[in-house]
Amino acid sequence: MYNATVARLTYRALLGRKRAALLFALPLLLLVISVAVRLLAGADDGTTGDLLGGFALATMVPLIGVIAGTGAIAPEIDDGSIVYLLSKPVRRSVVILTKLLVAMGVSVFFSAIPTFFAGLILDGNSRHLAVAYGVAAAVASLAYSAIFLLLGVVTRHAVVAGLVYALVWESLIGSLVPGARTLSVQQWALASASHIADGGAISAQVGLPVAIVLLVVVTLGATWGAAGKLRRLTLAGEE
Amino acid sequence: MTTLSIDGVSRWFGNVVAVNDVTMTIGPGVTGLLGPNGAGKSTLINMMAGFLAPSTGSVTLDGAVVWRNEEAYRQLGIVPEREAMYDFLTGEEFVRANAELHGLPDPVAATRRALATVEMEHAAGRRVETYSKGMRQRVKMASALVHDPSVLLLDEPFNGMDPRQRLQLMELLRRMGAEGRTVLFSSHILEEVEQLARHIEVMVAGRHAASGDFRRIRRLMTDRPHRYVVRSSDDRVLAAALIADDSTSGLELDVKDGVLRVEAVDFARFTELLPRVARERGVRLYEVTPSDESLESVFSYLVAA
Repeated sequence: MYNATVARLTYRALLGRKRAALLFALPLLLLVISVAVRLLAGADDGTTGDLLGGFALATMVPLIGVIAGTGAIAPEIDDGSIVYLLSKPVRRSVVILTKLLVAMGVSVFFSAIPTFFAGLILDGNSRHLAVAYGVAAAVASLAYSAIFLLLGVVTRHAVVAGLVYALVWESLIGSLVPGARTLSVQQWALASASHIADGGAISAQVGLPVAIVLLVVVTLGATWGAAGKLRRLTLAGEE
Repeated sequence: MTTLSIDGVSRWFGNVVAVNDVTMTIGPGVTGLLGPNGAGKSTLINMMAGFLAPSTGSVTLDGAVVWRNEEAYRQLGIVPEREAMYDFLTGEEFVRANAELHGLPDPVAATRRALATVEMEHAAGRRVETYSKGMRQRVKMASALVHDPSVLLLDEPFNGMDPRQRLQLMELLRRMGAEGRTVLFSSHILEEVEQLARHIEVMVAGRHAASGDFRRIRRLMTDRPHRYVVRSSDDRVLAAALIADDSTSGLELDVKDGVLRVEAVDFARFTELLPRVARERGVRLYEVTPSDESLESVFSYLVAA
């Protein structure tokens, strides 16, 4: 279910110039802000929660998910170079699963690890906030990777669709419309964070069992959908 | 020896019919798929390559359906028209990645062989993004050949190549055909097809307009006169003898160029008549050249039909 060559090509494409700059810029910004906040305001659980929940989990993680998830496949479909993968005796589900694993790895590396270190910088893992938000970022990265990989296969405007989802749905509607929060990856991730952090330090709108079920269903569903779509993918000619 | 069969294939996109009820069999040797832009060549090649499902009909490779059949790629080598490759890789890395994806036991050796076949060893260490169009085309060719396929499909392979590269690729394709591989290439440039393939499949407006040796196709088109340029020891005597026969419909004695231009309406009878009357009149024939048997004239007749 994994092809090392597909993984290598995906990984090198993802860490190519422009995308790598974006992938490095956001975590770097988080770490710089964390250092500045710690130096200026000292250690504070409230500030840590605001920065890790409000910026890292609500904005940085979905954006990195968009870059890694769509970037793992959409550019190849757009420019047609995917033909070199599809004209091989390799099952298309293997292509999708491999690309998903690479996108997940890149997302977790560039979002969960910086989030954890930002937490350490901000207040030294007080009330387990650094670990809780780090785990939440990792959990969210897995789901985002699958969702945005699916978008990358089904639409030619995957990045725009991904940004709309990440910024409008997750950040705006998710924070204003109570019902929408139940269908928010961010809230599912927060459910896991609230379970890890000391009591009351992090609150979530969704219970942990529901969050786990929804995360698994969405991640598997998106992966299955992407594999099915890639199997039916047609490559039109120039005519 | 592998045969690609297209059986009653149509493909439409919404209301547009791109390929209309095409049936053809592509066997070993070099076949040219010819047609103007928009004739449906790329759509047909994409269906042969398993990248597009036929709306009706079937495309099979030695009896096995190609669409959604990854195993077919063990026998198929594909050179797509689109330029995009993995530009961040070197030529050698690109071809090796293709070899690995085919699951070859020794991808490094296969890569070396394929690059040598297209004479690209000298630039194998350079990134693909630094290649000229011709170099890209050759590396694409190497990636298609790396698993030694029995069928090679090439969509407009000569686009953007300079004359020398074009000749090299033609020679390579001829060799592949002579080795018994099934080689199909599409082109809208008639000279390319004429130089490389005697067997052609002609597509016009989504339909399969003709199939076979292009000279034979031309001869079958009896509603069109056949034109010849003749040089002889006595053009005037020859002209008088030829015009007396029903197989010719027109003659022009070009004194300035010293040639006789003949228009024949009955190909079989004329080819028998010309040497006979020359012998009877004691005229020596120096040159007899069909002036409209070029693929271009065949093609323009078919498009106009």
